[in-house]
Amino acid sequence: MSAPNKSYDPVEVEALKPEEIERMRDEAFAAFAAAGDLDALAQAKTAHTGGTSPLSLANREIGALPPQAKAEAGKRVGQARGAVSKALAARQAELEAERDARVLVEEAVDVTLPYDRTPAGARHPLTTIMERVADVFVAMGYEVAEGPEAEAEWFNFDALNFVPDHPARQMQDTFFVQGADGARNDESGVVLRTHTSPVQARSLLDREPPVYVVCPGRVYRTDELDATHTPVFHQIELLAVDEGLTMADLKGTLDHMVQALFGPDMKTRLRPNFFPFTEPSAEMDMVCYVCRGASVGNPDRPCRTCGSEGWIELGGCGMVNPKVLIACGVDPQKYSGFAFGFGIERMLMFRHNVEDMRDMVEGDVRFTRPFGMEI
Amino acid sequence: MRVPLSWLREYVDLPATETGRDVQAKLVAVGLEVETVEQIGAGLKGPLVVGQVLTIEELEGFKKPIRFCTVDVGDANGTGEPQEIVCGARNFAVGDKVVVVLPGAVLPGDFAIAARKTYGKTSHGMICSTDELGMGDDGTHGIIVLPPEHEAGTDAIELLQLVDEVLDIAVTPDRGYCLSMRGVARETAIAYGLPLRDPALLDVPAPNAYGYPVKVADPTGCDRFTARTVVGLDPEARSPIWMQRRLQKAGMRPISLTVDITNYVMLELGQPLHAYDRTRIDGPIGVRRAQQGEKLTTLDGTVRVLDTEDLVITDNRGPIGLAGVMGGANTEIADVQDGEHRTTEVVVEAAHFDAISIARTARRHKLSSEASKRFERGADPQAAAAAAQRTVDLLVLLAGGTAEAGVTEVSAPAVPRTIAMPADHPDRVAGVAYGRETVVRRLQEVGCDVYGQDELIVTVPSWRPDLSEPNDLAEEVIRLEGYENLPSTLPTPPSGRGLTDRQRLYRRVGRALAGSGYVEALNYPFIGDAVLDQLGLDADDARRRTVKLINPISDEEPALRTTLLPGLLGALRRNDGRGSHDLALFETGLVFRPTGAETKAVRLPVDRRPTDEEIAGLDASLPRQPRRAAVVLAGAREQAGWWGKGRPADWADSIDAARTIAREAGVEVTVRSDRHAPWHPGRCAALYVTVNGEETLFGHAGELHPRVVKDLHLPERTCAMEVELDVLEQAVDGALQAPRISAFPVATQDVALIVAENVPAADVERALREGAGELLESVRLFDVFTGEQIGAGRKSLAYALRFRAADRTLTVDEATAARDAAVALAAERTGAVLRGA
Repeated sequence: MSAPNKSYDPVEVEALKPEEIERMRDEAFAAFAAAGDLDALAQAKTAHTGGTSPLSLANREIGALPPQAKAEAGKRVGQARGAVSKALAARQAELEAERDARVLVEEAVDVTLPYDRTPAGARHPLTTIMERVADVFVAMGYEVAEGPEAEAEWFNFDALNFVPDHPARQMQDTFFVQGADGARNDESGVVLRTHTSPVQARSLLDREPPVYVVCPGRVYRTDELDATHTPVFHQIELLAVDEGLTMADLKGTLDHMVQALFGPDMKTRLRPNFFPFTEPSAEMDMVCYVCRGASVGNPDRPCRTCGSEGWIELGGCGMVNPKVLIACGVDPQKYSGFAFGFGIERMLMFRHNVEDMRDMVEGDVRFTRPFGMEI
Repeated sequence: MRVPLSWLREYVDLPATETGRDVQAKLVAVGLEVETVEQIGAGLKGPLVVGQVLTIEELEGFKKPIRFCTVDVGDANGTGEPQEIVCGARNFAVGDKVVVVLPGAVLPGDFAIAARKTYGKTSHGMICSTDELGMGDDGTHGIIVLPPEHEAGTDAIELLQLVDEVLDIAVTPDRGYCLSMRGVARETAIAYGLPLRDPALLDVPAPNAYGYPVKVADPTGCDRFTARTVVGLDPEARSPIWMQRRLQKAGMRPISLTVDITNYVMLELGQPLHAYDRTRIDGPIGVRRAQQGEKLTTLDGTVRVLDTEDLVITDNRGPIGLAGVMGGANTEIADVQDGEHRTTEVVVEAAHFDAISIARTARRHKLSSEASKRFERGADPQAAAAAAQRTVDLLVLLAGGTAEAGVTEVSAPAVPRTIAMPADHPDRVAGVAYGRETVVRRLQEVGCDVYGQDELIVTVPSWRPDLSEPNDLAEEVIRLEGYENLPSTLPTPPSGRGLTDRQRLYRRVGRALAGSGYVEALNYPFIGDAVLDQLGLDADDARRRTVKLINPISDEEPALRTTLLPGLLGALRRNDGRGSHDLALFETGLVFRPTGAETKAVRLPVDRRPTDEEIAGLDASLPRQPRRAAVVLAGAREQAGWWGKGRPADWADSIDAARTIAREAGVEVTVRSDRHAPWHPGRCAALYVTVNGEETLFGHAGELHPRVVKDLHLPERTCAMEVELDVLEQAVDGALQAPRISAFPVATQDVALIVAENVPAADVERALREGAGELLESVRLFDVFTGEQIGAGRKSLAYALRFRAADRTLTVDEATAARDAAVALAAERTGAVLRGA
């Protein structure tokens, strides 16, 4: 027989009835759904999940139930609280998403506003194109060599087989440096180098063959500045001295250079010419970078860059004159070499459609800035 | 050298279809730089004929004299009747032979001829001047009057050689022989594989003792002198049209028959000639060096004071010609129009002079003539006798003269020049297997005699003084075989090391400055005293010691820069003037800093390697040429915009540029205040770096002196920085040692220190660093404050000190102790007082 449970309170047990718990749960659902923003939801959360919320209070009553009723009531309340908590989280996420969307809209800016707070700098295209040319040769194993701009005549002329009084010495209009005593005569023996070729002689004196050097630099001739001349300009010089070098090697090196700089379909052409420091000597042309030869015999498509010749004159080259090797202490019986040099200004002009030499000289930022850091 | 194609065909049987452009392409391929092909008489269409003036009626009542002529043009007009022509020129008379263009013809410049009414008459054609026929200006400005022998009705296009092509060849210094038809014809013949009719192959009588006496006192300067005499010249004889036309097309002006003949033969054979009026020479002709103080009036009318190195032609009175350059006025051939004296007997000189001597004389007297151009490049000594003969022949033929039997020839013994060359040398130079047979054939084509099998003995022709080495011969073979046929191979250099540290540093410096907003400008290095004055440099400033040029572009700027600033400031001003006002420019480049102790650069030999001492001697002749970097700034460094205010460029930016540069080298810059032109005395920083443990001046930066800004017309508050990159390079201190990173927390302590206003912040910071000891991780000045609270003449410097240990979390006490030590040292060194203390 069973005895009555003394602590059993019928009033309190009322709260654990299934329909009561369902009601509490549904009220919480309704409150969450009714909450229009995160603040309201926070209030509803306190009201329906806080320590004094109906479900919490109901939960506390479970302990008062007879053991046989505890399990069932506990399960009922637990399920209800779980559902409420889930509904709360869902509504929380929903309202946060709404808020975020609103805030992000509010924070939108006009991304098309211009921004030139610190204007960009730039390197001069003559500098960067010289580096680019030099890099082609550095990649092949050449060294970059340098020399002084105020140079001894011996390096600028004599060592390069420019015999005194030979007309060739007058081909280059030379700036002569006054002697240290200030006398206005031509006896200092120093000139502003008229080409980068003295670096050839310096390189051969500095190094043991094989010598493979490329020498970019500034050179000087007494031309007045105009659209196509400048007394101060830039050249890049190449020198290779090794055993068994041939004109075919020169030709191949030139071909490689123009292909590296101007594209794989580029090629060069050699024409006999005369330079004191090379023998045999040649003038080097490359296929016109602009029309690629399409203007030749085609009056409808004239090319200003090459004058519709299809070729652009790039510079001079040849096999190093054995006299130069001798003057630099290299045995011409054992070694041969090739050299070439060309003007950087000219290359920049046709590669980048520069029309006036003065633009490269005057330092106008509007000219230089678009060239940026590399070319 | 201008080469008429019609003349060239006289020596080489070119296919009739070959155009000037075709010949150009062939000659370019063998190495003659044919710059242009001029089309003479392009568009010209007949009938254009010889006419004889029958009647002239002077028309009255017009503003200028007008003639109505009838002209016999033979059958050229189809009727044989006289042609009625109105003409404005007056330099012709009844009976003269003239050139008549008839209706239906087209003159150069698309000038179509038709019968037209003019001055009340109908003109059926035109009597022509040289200009109208595209013959160039002959100096007469009148219509052409032809020699009487040409028949009326003869085609004048053919007679006057009006249609032709002229190749203009830029002859390189090694190819003097191509300053002649003979030389160009030789190259043309080789290029086409055709035989050459050598105009120098003439029968020349042997020298004898009866010729005009010649004494050569300087056989080195003149190794050959041929003199021939022609008498009985008809002073009225004129140059035939064909000769005048060839001279004109070659770019020379017909002058008189004798002179034209010497010019013609020079163009033909390359041998400069001179004709003396025999009656004007006093005694034997001599060749010697000029004596001190001698003078000569040359044919151009200039009185020349001679140098003792000048080679002169003399007679008993003294110099009568500057040998190989220009004749003297006192023995000039008298022209037909020259009044009473008329030259009827001449002595013809065909000599060979030393190239260097002629080059020096021509340069000394700034007198480049057709003769000197040829002698400088080396004329053919063997051609002298033939050229004299050719001249004599033409004088006899065209001037009715008689050649005297005397033939003078003074010549120094000449040995043929030979070169020994392995037969495969051209192959090894070119990298092509030509083979001995080809090599020998090509050398023979250029005029060499070749003997030997594996080792060739090559005798070079007298007209090729440029051929002296095996490589010269190799070039002949390779160019004739075609440069275009060279294969393309790549050599294999030894593996490279890439750029040197120095080269990499220079590139980084440029990139870093450009990355900081600076735009590179490459300025001319020419300066004058004016800009050094404007920069406010003291009289003894080292930057005033300049390298000066003998022949500067501008006398205002005769010196080379000792600082980069003049050029950069010029570029700044130019940009500002063109409307770019917010400017940051940079330049890197050499400056020229002579010490005054530069020696004279000697001319070393070239037949051996110079010794190390000799090379050092040359280098001692050069000014020091350090590489520098500089920036200039003006206007806004940061622009104003929707983001807020802009910020003007100021002294701090210029100093920061130096730090930007130094950072690329991993080097710290020490900044001290300084007074140094051209900077503002209160806003000038001296910049130092440490080289081998020693603080070394690296450059200066700051705001420019207001007076400099004014004098140079620069924007207000222009700032500048200039440093020496060579010093920076020396300051590079090996590879950077990686810092050790502590993961323990940082302890931060801020301090505000009050110091006297003139105490440099750098001194305070240095004291804090030293005082704080090794726990200090960083110190940063975050505020500078002056005001009443601080007191007059004082400033407050607020620093954030960050402490951290490598092995533990610092306690507050430890951090505080370190801070106190830092403040204590700052107080001791700079009088700093902790603010609020």
